[in-house]
Amino acid sequence: MADETRIRMITGGPILVEGPVEITLDDGRVIRSDRFMVALCACKRSRTYPICDTSHRPKHRRGES
Amino acid sequence: MKISYNDHAVSLVTSGGAHPICGYGSQAGYGDRMGHLPRPRGPISEGIISALSGGPLPPAGAPDPFGEDLQVSLHVCYELHYQGFDGVDPAWEWDPGLLGLRRDLEQVFLTALRDGVEGGADVEAAVDAAMIDSPGGVSHFLEDKGELWHLREYVVHRSIYHHKEADPHAFAIPRLTGQAKASLVAVEFDEFGGGRYARMHSKLFCDLMRALGLDDSYLARLDDVPAPMLAVVNMMSLFGLHRSLRGALVGHFASAEITTSPSAARMARALDRLGVAETVFFTEHVEADAVHEQVLRRDVVGDLLRREPELAGDVVFGFQATDLVESRFGAHVLAAWDAGRTSLREAPDGR
Repeated sequence: MADETRIRMITGGPILVEGPVEITLDDGRVIRSDRFMVALCACKRSRTYPICDTSHRPKHRRGES
Repeated sequence: MKISYNDHAVSLVTSGGAHPICGYGSQAGYGDRMGHLPRPRGPISEGIISALSGGPLPPAGAPDPFGEDLQVSLHVCYELHYQGFDGVDPAWEWDPGLLGLRRDLEQVFLTALRDGVEGGADVEAAVDAAMIDSPGGVSHFLEDKGELWHLREYVVHRSIYHHKEADPHAFAIPRLTGQAKASLVAVEFDEFGGGRYARMHSKLFCDLMRALGLDDSYLARLDDVPAPMLAVVNMMSLFGLHRSLRGALVGHFASAEITTSPSAARMARALDRLGVAETVFFTEHVEADAVHEQVLRRDVVGDLLRREPELAGDVVFGFQATDLVESRFGAHVLAAWDAGRTSLREAPDGR
């Protein structure tokens, strides 16, 4: 049981999966990453979906429109 | 070749002739790294640079902490701990006289950094502040309306750091322990290309420089880069070379990783708009730093503070000092560009 896939869900942020990973999307596209940790988008706002690009963050400093 | 003497070492100084060049038409290929001494920018740097060739060391005096003379002086002192300089005896790295002078200059700089920040020990608030992407920065300018010469200038500024990308943070490794150490090393491994030189971030930056027709030799443009950028890099070296500032180094590293991802995305779009195909340096940073941010916050900062909670104030200082020097750099560059001037010191680049 030592080799379970470890996944960490970040509230308001991405899902962290230990790499390397191969991700298959609905449309058949396959994305591979051999980074030691991969951040998967959970908010669907990423421009590099399914990889997180920090688009989940608030846009401006507090008080600014 | 001439031989010069000083109190502590006999140095062999090669004059003229070839210095090792990294990249840009060099047969040696990039990787051969050694810069040449910069030109002095005032009495202290003049004294240090001539001392490295055999003259006496100057006194520190009371220089402007963010001024050209102090910043280039510190940069020369620190560079002896990285790649050194062509023709300068490597023994200068541990010359007691020079180290004493460096300490005096560091005190001036460190005091100004501490005086320039709010302080406190609320790490969560510091993280939150770094997470919020405020408009009006250099990457916004470049994305919206930057021309090729703006981009080239920006890359020249940043080369002072990216030629040694992730090197200052490696000094944290022997000062950490447990999960904080393991996770910081994992991030550094990524920074250095995961064992593949072609993917090392400093190498990707050299690729970008060459794509822009810039000399990617190690620190080739140092003389053109003004103090605001040197202060960014000197701050990293200051935090890296002092174990007592390891909390600030970790705070700085976390701050940099948190703020890079959105600005790298803007830079990638700026390059697209300007028709520069070599975007890998920035697209890699969008993805990598989204991961590094999480690892730094949770596993490095989090674990460090569980072990050494008394470092919280230093971690916050690292966040705030990074914001201070980066804000000063951004203000300098944008003030020049808004006035239609070069933000570099000497010959405008690429116009």
